[in-house]
Amino acid sequence: SPARELTQNPLQKTWEPYDNGLPAGHSAQRGVCMTNCPTLIVMVGLPARGKTYISKKLTRYLNWIGVPTKEFNVGQYRRDLVKKYKSFEFFLPDNEEGLKIRKQCALAALNDVRQYLSEENGHVAVFDATNTTRERRETIYKFGEENGYKTFFVESVCVDPEVIAANIVQVKLGSPDYVNCSNDEATEDFMKRIECYKNSYETLDETLDKDLSYIKIMDVGRSYLVNRVMDHIQSRIVYYLMNIHVTPRSIYLCRHGESELNLKGRIGGDPGLSVRGKEFAKSLAQFINEQNIKDLKVWTSQMKRTIQTAEALGVPYEQWKVLNEIDAGVCEEMTYEEIQENYPLEFALRDQDKYRYRYPKGESYEDLVQRLEPVIMELERQENVLVICHQAVMRCLLAYFLDKPAEQLPYLKCPLHTVLKLTPVAYG
Amino acid sequence: FSSPSSSRTRIKVDAERKKTFVLKMPMELTQSRIQKIWLPNDNRPALPRRSCGPQLTNSPTVIVMVGLPARGKTYISKKLTRYLNWIGVPTKVFNVGEYRREAVKHYSSYDFFRPDNEEAMKVRRQCALAALRDVKLYLTEEAGQIAVFDATNTTRERRGMILNFAKENGFKVFFIESVCNDPTVVATNVMEVKLSSPDYRDCNSTDAMEDFMKRINCYQASYQPLDPDDYDRELSLIKVIDVGRRFLVNRVQDHIQSRIVYYLMNIHVQPRTIYLCRHGESEFNLKGKIGGDSGLSNRGKKFAVALNKFVEEQNLKDLKVWTSQLKRTIQTAEALQLPYEQWKALNEIDAGVCEEMTYEDIREQHPEEFALRDQDKYYYRYPSGESYQDLVQRLEPVIMELERQENVLVICHQAVMRCLLAYFLDKSADEMPYLKCPLHTVLKLTPVAYGCRVESISLNIEAVNTHRERPEEAKKGPNPLMRRNSVTPLASPEPTKKPRINSFEEHVAVSSALPGCVPQEVPTQMPGQ
Repeated sequence: SPARELTQNPLQKTWEPYDNGLPAGHSAQRGVCMTNCPTLIVMVGLPARGKTYISKKLTRYLNWIGVPTKEFNVGQYRRDLVKKYKSFEFFLPDNEEGLKIRKQCALAALNDVRQYLSEENGHVAVFDATNTTRERRETIYKFGEENGYKTFFVESVCVDPEVIAANIVQVKLGSPDYVNCSNDEATEDFMKRIECYKNSYETLDETLDKDLSYIKIMDVGRSYLVNRVMDHIQSRIVYYLMNIHVTPRSIYLCRHGESELNLKGRIGGDPGLSVRGKEFAKSLAQFINEQNIKDLKVWTSQMKRTIQTAEALGVPYEQWKVLNEIDAGVCEEMTYEEIQENYPLEFALRDQDKYRYRYPKGESYEDLVQRLEPVIMELERQENVLVICHQAVMRCLLAYFLDKPAEQLPYLKCPLHTVLKLTPVAYG
Repeated sequence: FSSPSSSRTRIKVDAERKKTFVLKMPMELTQSRIQKIWLPNDNRPALPRRSCGPQLTNSPTVIVMVGLPARGKTYISKKLTRYLNWIGVPTKVFNVGEYRREAVKHYSSYDFFRPDNEEAMKVRRQCALAALRDVKLYLTEEAGQIAVFDATNTTRERRGMILNFAKENGFKVFFIESVCNDPTVVATNVMEVKLSSPDYRDCNSTDAMEDFMKRINCYQASYQPLDPDDYDRELSLIKVIDVGRRFLVNRVQDHIQSRIVYYLMNIHVQPRTIYLCRHGESEFNLKGKIGGDSGLSNRGKKFAVALNKFVEEQNLKDLKVWTSQLKRTIQTAEALQLPYEQWKALNEIDAGVCEEMTYEDIREQHPEEFALRDQDKYYYRYPSGESYQDLVQRLEPVIMELERQENVLVICHQAVMRCLLAYFLDKSADEMPYLKCPLHTVLKLTPVAYGCRVESISLNIEAVNTHRERPEEAKKGPNPLMRRNSVTPLASPEPTKKPRINSFEEHVAVSSALPGCVPQEVPTQMPGQ
């Protein structure tokens, strides 16, 4: 049979086959969803081991790279059901009433997981609960099997009392559960809560759980045990988890100083700094100096304007080609007026879906996210970093840190001569 | 006009913090002609601060393999070395067994490896020391970034010795242990790579197998596996268990170790085949134009049909098909009537301002660019376009996914195919842009022993020839002034074979297959997507 005709999608500029005028199957864009079945990630661990921290961070990362992901925190379901938390006694292993409610909540959450993955086009669901018994994990695993999900366990193991105490201070004292307690009361109660789980805690075992796919994170990332990674997305999840850390640090994002083309209202190109742009560079140097940052790394793109800006700092910097501004293809160096005049259709399409819109012979925000992923991964590994980049690039990076969805990303405000200082705190 | 430094700098001394803060005017920049990198006018390429790409590591690293014989140490060493060189991290394997073969010309039997054979123990230790000496040379004087020390290293004593050596020299150490007790796997390994070893040149398979199994036994009693829970808790290591079923990772120190771990977790040993080919001949090919996004010519369409037939005849289980997002590769895939995935990362090299021109057009309109490209085709970046070096960076995720996959057909483009091929066949940056990847020809790659077998299959459909040979003037090798910049694939250098057992005190000049330029510092770039 003759090969199908190809038509170029006007928004994304991708070539798609058409069968009798209708879009046909057979071809997939290499988005980031590289798994056929949905994946169920199951957190495992005693309270205050960072499960929710990991769940939220992982969910944010997966969504940013384009994998629809959602977390389901069973504690939240419990808080919705049991309006007021009284004390740790709710969690005593012999509290039948408590156990019933907790199981109910877990099942309700699993039901929502099923809805998300099977009916709402979710790709990954993160089931955030202690899941500390083999019995509970088996229930979840069976649930996954019945529904055609791949299950991947993420266990966090930590015995360092300082880490646990710090976690409690960071995220538990402010929990709705302890809204009417003093810090001391809350801490005491929470420690007793942890005790309730300890006796029945069955850690993932080398022999008993040898057929499961999982990663065991020990001592906040000092070491890892990885078992039976099944597919690409699990491999990416493992890689991400192995690169994140919890050391306090700050990330500074800014654009290059105002450029000659900025002055003319033209996009793209590779111009140098305007006079005001050079002033900004000097001010940036002063600002950085005043911040008195330990071991600051400075990154730029390979475009002249970011490098000129970094040069003013008088410190070592690294040039990354992947930090280059979005490629506007045939519209490079045009003003928006010129684009509207010469490419009215393109101009309209861009406003229709700015995230997916790809310039002819250029890039889209969606393409940018793909090429920036290694930058994000390295930012996770690093500590104090200043990234001097460009408007579209900065929007993509900011969307990752602030968990902004694709629709909002291209409209995030990133003005010239403004530094955004990002500091990790609690779950965000 | 006063001297440059005084007109450009004001020095402000911060009395409180007792540090000088240099306020500089943003300096003038010049764009390097070949790589199109912006550099300050006081260009001093040796200065580490002017690195052009993310630094993967500061100190050199010694990777120490650990494990009983026939556990895949050499397989991992060679594969990892090939990958690291391809992404631009100068890496070399030092296989102690090869030093031993040089020292002890004829291998008689497993008796050599008996723990009570004092004479042999002495020789083996000398070989390890000689290899370490060469490791030091490579990392401190030959701009090597990573040395892979491939030996059993099964005792704590030996590993302690290596740790001391590394500490004295300021090298980081990363251990890779391969643990496998599945007798089938061990037997397969012995058959794949041991029976054909020079040690067993004059043996039949049965005798060789028997001897080798006894050899393994010699190590068993003294084998002290890495113990990250206790004795080795401070070491950076990965334990690969049962050919990748499980991994134990401890204390990853830096980016390159993190990448190594990721790579090791993605490779596998399942037999499979990778097919590489270009799109069918395109309309632009016919006109001699480069780049663009044209459709297939008539002959190109014929090729697509022939490719379909070829794929069917291969009778493969579960073939994945990948294309770029350019029309010509997709049209080619359409003829296969199989699902395929489009990767933007597989798009042809961006020729920037030269897109859609013929080489004659380029020579006419951009004569200097034309000449520069022939001077150094690997590093050369088209104005507003890309270089082969850029291509390698964007293809790294493709390579990573190819490692994960089994049977795959990649329908791509000339420059892209050259980059991928260079990875599989361990070709250097210098050779890469001249690898032959003609239209209408499929390259079939099958992993075998420590490398890759390649078969070239022409589907016998006429097409234009798009290959340009390296010009005579450029044949002298890479420009020695070229900064070993981001992502510079080196062919994994030949292992050093000369033994040093007779002269511990002297250094003998080491020959290796490094290209001519030996830069002072090797900043490397992390691949993007």
